[in-house]
Amino acid sequence: MKFSERWLRSFVDPSLSTAELAHALTMAGLEVESLAPAAPPCSGVVVAEILEVERHPNADRLSLCKVNAGAAAPLSIVCGAPNVAAGMRVPCALVGARLTGADGGVFEIKRSSLRGVDSQGMLCSARELGIDDDHGGILALAADAAPGRDVRELLELDDTVFTLKLTPNRADCLSLLGVAREVAAITGAAFKAPVIAPVAAQSEARHPVAISAAQGCGRFAGRVIRNVDAAAAVPEWMKQRLARCGQRSISALVDVTNYVMLELGRPLHVYDLDKLAGGIDVRFGRKGEQVKLLNEQDVEVDETVLCITDASGPIGLAGIMGGDSTKAETDSRNIFLESAFFFPDVIAGRTRRYNFTSDAAHRFERGVDFNNNVAGIERATELILAICGGEPGPTVDQIARLPERKRVHVRSARAARVLGIGVSDAEIADIFSRLGLASSRTADGFEVTPPSYRFDIAIEEDLIEEIARIYGYERIPANQPRARAAMSARPEAERPLMRVKDAIAARDYQEVVNFSFVEADWERDFCGNDAPVRLLNPISSQLSVMRSGLAGSLVANVRYNLNRKQSRVRAFELGRVFRADASVEDGPLTVAGIAQPLKLGGIAYGPAYPDQWGQAERKVDFYDVKADIENLLAQANARFERTTHPALHPGRAAQVLVDEKPVGWLGELHPRWQQKYELPQAPVLFELDLNALLASPMPIYREVSRFPPVIRDLALVVDESVPAQALLEAMQASRPAVVQDLWLFDLYRGKGMDVGKKSLAFRVVMQDTSKTLTDAETEAAMAQLLQLVAQSIGAKLRT
Amino acid sequence: MDNLEKIVSDALERFGSINDAAALEQAKAHYLGKSGALTDLLKGLGKMPAEQRREAGGHINAAKDRLEAALARRRVALAQLQLDARLAEEALDVTLPGRGAGRGRLHPLTRTQDRIEAIFRSIGFDVADGPEIETDWNNFTALNNPENHPARSMQDTFYVENKDAAGRPLLLRTHTSPMQVRYARMWVERFRHAAKVPPIKVIAPGRTYRVDSDATHSPMFHQVEGLWVDEDVSFADLKGVYTDFLRRFFETNELQVRFRPSFFPFTEPSAEIDMAFGAGPNKGQWLEISGAGQVHPSVIRNFGLDPERYIGFAFGSGIERLAMLRYGIHDLRLFYDGDLRFLQQFA
Repeated sequence: MKFSERWLRSFVDPSLSTAELAHALTMAGLEVESLAPAAPPCSGVVVAEILEVERHPNADRLSLCKVNAGAAAPLSIVCGAPNVAAGMRVPCALVGARLTGADGGVFEIKRSSLRGVDSQGMLCSARELGIDDDHGGILALAADAAPGRDVRELLELDDTVFTLKLTPNRADCLSLLGVAREVAAITGAAFKAPVIAPVAAQSEARHPVAISAAQGCGRFAGRVIRNVDAAAAVPEWMKQRLARCGQRSISALVDVTNYVMLELGRPLHVYDLDKLAGGIDVRFGRKGEQVKLLNEQDVEVDETVLCITDASGPIGLAGIMGGDSTKAETDSRNIFLESAFFFPDVIAGRTRRYNFTSDAAHRFERGVDFNNNVAGIERATELILAICGGEPGPTVDQIARLPERKRVHVRSARAARVLGIGVSDAEIADIFSRLGLASSRTADGFEVTPPSYRFDIAIEEDLIEEIARIYGYERIPANQPRARAAMSARPEAERPLMRVKDAIAARDYQEVVNFSFVEADWERDFCGNDAPVRLLNPISSQLSVMRSGLAGSLVANVRYNLNRKQSRVRAFELGRVFRADASVEDGPLTVAGIAQPLKLGGIAYGPAYPDQWGQAERKVDFYDVKADIENLLAQANARFERTTHPALHPGRAAQVLVDEKPVGWLGELHPRWQQKYELPQAPVLFELDLNALLASPMPIYREVSRFPPVIRDLALVVDESVPAQALLEAMQASRPAVVQDLWLFDLYRGKGMDVGKKSLAFRVVMQDTSKTLTDAETEAAMAQLLQLVAQSIGAKLRT
Repeated sequence: MDNLEKIVSDALERFGSINDAAALEQAKAHYLGKSGALTDLLKGLGKMPAEQRREAGGHINAAKDRLEAALARRRVALAQLQLDARLAEEALDVTLPGRGAGRGRLHPLTRTQDRIEAIFRSIGFDVADGPEIETDWNNFTALNNPENHPARSMQDTFYVENKDAAGRPLLLRTHTSPMQVRYARMWVERFRHAAKVPPIKVIAPGRTYRVDSDATHSPMFHQVEGLWVDEDVSFADLKGVYTDFLRRFFETNELQVRFRPSFFPFTEPSAEIDMAFGAGPNKGQWLEISGAGQVHPSVIRNFGLDPERYIGFAFGSGIERLAMLRYGIHDLRLFYDGDLRFLQQFA
């Protein structure tokens, strides 16, 4: 909502500066988004009457004007505008006048010579005064403007344009009258409501109107005006007020309806009476019906769209936009005015369906005063008669069904409890009276009947909000609440998320945050997902499907940074991934049909270590990243198995298992994707279920032996195809009681080994908690270990 | 005996000039060995008259003790010299960088979110997280958002092809407010049989989505929702808690906070919260920081609670906004570009 401060002050004039008024509005919930001067600064510009116009002796396109600018002697001024004519009253910048240029700079008018002719000032266009873009010619002022009068004063240029960012509940403030009412309530200044006298009918001309859809149209006031001059010029004062509210002048009739809408918040429509095919019927549309609107858009209507119809079918969308076929134009002679009430719920959402909006729809879908229909017609009639002439018929007002205005009960104690303040009944009564809310006292509070222009007062809280608003949010204290000192602790077996993030960051991965929507290609390539969750309205095809894995985004992070001359990129992201999954049901934290678990994904690209002096550079590989994962999952009993994954090199991909359940994967990017995504080297990627990382089982204490440990090595020869883990697990599963720990410490293939064989050496720690082990006992344990792997895997002792 | 003093002074001088342990032992033999100079003198005692022998013996033994002591001192000194030499040789350039792995860093939004969580945990708030693909009911209806509300239009909300049980398309949550509903309903269910439902105190940070993309809007962004419902949690409490939060978050009490009336379907009274710094580049400028208000009675009812008995406040703040003001970041897009040169600044 945009309006002129001067216009507002004609209804209510609090003793506040412009800035103070803006602050008061903002603090009452009518946020002032911007304040702008109606015109940039200027001085020394006065009304001049053009006395004579002659051709410039030395230039075809210039004229030489003699003007009366209020001084004793006429001034001689050279002017280039095509529209100068004797008798016009125009703005004249005198010598010494200061104007603001288009670039914002100030310049002074000097006596000058134009092609050899002296010029004592400058005649100004609207653009030169900064009030309009119109540069078509010199601005024509009113014929009765007195020469010599300050144009700033004449055109009320010392004005400020307010732009309000109104919340959708306050449609009552979409007019000067509404804002003025609010300003009066906030500031206590007197409110001068516009006086609207009925205009007496001069004929019996009427046009029949039927309301077939009373659930949509509650009221319809209409009036015929005959013999208007629709081509009449719009007075400057009206043009100017409209312009400052952001409305361009179009024609006298359209301007009048816009003016009344801005002034009273009352949308009107003007029909060319002679184009109407019989009586008007307000009814819902029928399938197949069409109407061409004022904006030249052809729309189809149906049973959900309220229409204004005549014998020809729909001639407009009720409360949204009139039709092209019956519109009043400058050659219209006889017109019909519509001032109706349409229920918000039959208007809401319709314009979005047709993909346009209108000032009327904006108001009707939020709620329009259903009590000023007649006032609106009378005001419009008065203005039309003044500008266009004509003979009005009687105003015919039909009421089908008006919105209910139930009394709303508010308890003072409840208001005090919700707001946390002690507000007295007297204060509440005063607030209601300032807001113009008719209220009566009850035993514990008040009953309020909401006025016809308010559509946001239906429950007690609505009134509590009004009390708070006028009482002043500023005056409500900032209270430090008292609360129960109840302790809480997270289970020890659950690691805080930040610890997981810290742990992965400590392994040299930089955290990134990527969009959850990605290209469909990434889903296919990195997740093997041909049926991703698709957006119905993506902002671009690159962001059209929900990702079911993090790998695509991480590869993109590497590409982005390689393009910026980084050679080593290690990144991780924690985020939800999304996949259609019929087994998921609606639950406290789930949505049926969509699995959306949190995953931690990582990527490592380039040298294993940052560029440095201390060790030879080598590329990061599978085992580097595996160590990172082992470290992250240190608390769990993680196992790794070979696997295949659409994103990964088939020989360099592992599934991660915890307690036999898959919790993620790691591996090297498939060479195919390395090529497609133009990566000079293959990155190593991983993705883990966050839940597996958060689980942190309680530690189980075991006694530490006081007796010396015995450490022995066991070198085994096995087939190349035997995974190391098979040997470890075989030994661990049935290890002798004295074996405390064993691990792989050497891998050997090559010279001295048979082809297809490798040697794996294990270090075994043996210890007893009750005595020192004898040689015989350790020998026996080692023999038992060997036997275990010899039998199950065919391992032989390396000799 | 005249040369005893000479022998001693020679020996002391010689010991002092030796810089090598082996040479020192050789020198020792020269004086104190089996045929050393002092040993010879001792051997010569037998030829002396008895009365002289006693006195001369005393002198020689004293001289021997002095040499032994000098030798011991020299040995220690030599060992020290040797150690010094080794240490000097082993000295490193301690300014060479440390070897091995580097370190990653957390995203500025994570830092910000962690800080928000820590502040609210300090007064007993729980932290919750939930689905990002939501139902229309949780995102809109339960939050008192009327059908046909402008926010439901395709222009603001991302919808997906999949539908909910009622046949409505699922959507990407447009705010973290659905977590108010989910958390409160879980809580109320948990205390279904209690005489009084204990206070609901929770914040829910997370990703949110809106169809908007320009320099100041990202189609994906982060919000943190806050909710405190009990029998007497008032608007004045909201003012206190949120003001305190901002002062703790920005670590300054020189911060003005103002609440002004606004409108959200799920709160009433509703407020827009603005803040202004007392110093720095934004000094004195009002900055919109959060929407908030007393939870609307219809929403309390959707929690499964009686709005007559339970009241409280909710707020929803943009995490990016807080991070940008905290760190002086001017471009929202930096958060999602994944540019290491930006991210690595947040050590």
